[in-house]
Amino acid sequence: MTDTADRVAPAEGGRVSRSGAPGLDTRGAPRRAARPAFGRGRRELVRWAWGLAGILAIVLVWEVYKLIGPANGVVIGDARVLPRTTDLAMPHVWDMIGRLAEPVTRSPSAQPLWTVVALAALTTLGIAAAGWLVGVVVGIGLALVMQRWRIAEWGLLPWIVLSQTVPLIAFAPVVKSWGSRVEIGAFEWQDWMSVALIASYLAFFPIAIGALKGLQSPDRIHEELMQTYAAGYWQTLVKLRFPAAVPYLLPALRLGAANAVIGAVVAEVSTGLQGGIGRILIQFAGQASGDPAKAWGPIFGAIVLGLVAAGSVALLGVILNNYRRTEEAA
Amino acid sequence: MSETVTQVAAVEARGVDKVFETRSGQVQALDSIDLTVAAGEFVSLIGPSGCGKSTLMRLVADLDEPTGGTVAVFGKSAKQARLDQEYGIAFQSAGLLPWRTVAANVALPLELHGVASATRSSRVAELLEMVGLSDFADRYPDQLSGGMQQRVAIARSLAEQPRLLLMDEPFGALDEMTREKMQYDLVRISAETGAAVVFVTHSIPEAVFLSDRVVVMSPRPGRIREIVPMRLGADARRAERTEELREERAFFDMVTAVREALHGGSPVGAGPRGVETR
Repeated sequence: MTDTADRVAPAEGGRVSRSGAPGLDTRGAPRRAARPAFGRGRRELVRWAWGLAGILAIVLVWEVYKLIGPANGVVIGDARVLPRTTDLAMPHVWDMIGRLAEPVTRSPSAQPLWTVVALAALTTLGIAAAGWLVGVVVGIGLALVMQRWRIAEWGLLPWIVLSQTVPLIAFAPVVKSWGSRVEIGAFEWQDWMSVALIASYLAFFPIAIGALKGLQSPDRIHEELMQTYAAGYWQTLVKLRFPAAVPYLLPALRLGAANAVIGAVVAEVSTGLQGGIGRILIQFAGQASGDPAKAWGPIFGAIVLGLVAAGSVALLGVILNNYRRTEEAA
Repeated sequence: MSETVTQVAAVEARGVDKVFETRSGQVQALDSIDLTVAAGEFVSLIGPSGCGKSTLMRLVADLDEPTGGTVAVFGKSAKQARLDQEYGIAFQSAGLLPWRTVAANVALPLELHGVASATRSSRVAELLEMVGLSDFADRYPDQLSGGMQQRVAIARSLAEQPRLLLMDEPFGALDEMTREKMQYDLVRISAETGAAVVFVTHSIPEAVFLSDRVVVMSPRPGRIREIVPMRLGADARRAERTEELREERAFFDMVTAVREALHGGSPVGAGPRGVETR
């Protein structure tokens, strides 16, 4: 508290002592908003350029190693530390990309590979989104309970942490078989719901932890202020705790989104659900001996899927931008 | 307003004890405190660190409960007074919500208590005018200097026209020039609103300049050592305190009186008249 004020104080003092200087804005114009717009645009451009440079670097490393590396890979003792460089193990980057545009099979009615991958990715995205939403509700719910009652925090937190040590592959089939027995009236459990449930199992963890940290984050002075206003639990929650939690929640939600995608893909594989990207990932990998570039299609698809999921949450951050201000920035 | 309530004291503390349980045993923070603050009166609490001046203020605000004795605010229990919003409060740090604009920060207490939106915005405009920040209504706290943030906090504490203002070293973190300006503003504002003020500070000149009475406290256990009435405003109204006052003889006499009370010596110059010694 004091160091904030110390940092701020010279600005005010300096202003007083130099108030005669010509052209000095004596009213303390905001330092942040004063940046010219083109500077911002250029910084954005530089960021994209660096991102692109990173991808190019990976492509370059891949191709250079493929060119100069031994065909059998680098072997130390019995362990192969670097992969084989044959076209089978490491297709050329342009082959992998080119393959996306070609039909998925030799049948004349086959769609191009990228369409199949995109459709599968969309299916998985939908399932992951459902899992993410369940994870958000459960995660924030748990955080609320833990914030409200200290004893709940002591009792629940170890279990929440422990829950993530259970291997996903182990219980995916269990969830599926349980789910198949659920039938309430007209409602019938679908196989995709098992996948969404498993996705939510991975998603809720970072959200619960982040939300708890965020809900506990208000300064004591703010909590006491609400107390002096005789504000109740719900008022304090809405006006203070949730807004204060936003900077903690956003990265947690993003992590949750990435986890939901991973969970959905893995669950698709282990429950054998058709239609999603997890399925074609396995399927095309099996065909890799005859068509090595094809197996990379779903891998790219999964990467794009993760980026889209994380990016959508980043959009949320743009909307909630004002909640990411901190008083310390003064 | 103050005319109608002169009978009821703003704050009445009787035999207040406060003991904190710490790992190394009990700490007696306050020991049989008796203090009355009349409606409309400006009282400063001064003393070295650990003398319990902030604790006393927190008891009045019902942020802590006394171990013994009673604290009444306008004749009610401290808790009831808090629930009835009888006081406004400002702390050493402004404590503004960083995601709210200046105007929204000032509006927060009104919002919480269901004041209609139109009334709210006119009241906020009025308050910002009073603290001289009308041009900054749409700024965010991180765009303001420390002094401005503190002024927003003071505007917020006045939002519901409280009859009592509690201030815990509100200018403690400000530089000297800003501080003097803020003191002057506070004298003006408290005169305008007629509110009683309990003001915690450890600056002697600040206490002398602002107060009708200065309560000098001593530490371990926290006791009231002396209550020194300020004769500066005896015939002049508070609003007439100006910068010139700081250079007057009487001001320095009062500073000396408070300093001697703080250091435990018998007051000289100021004379024993009206000095309560406990």
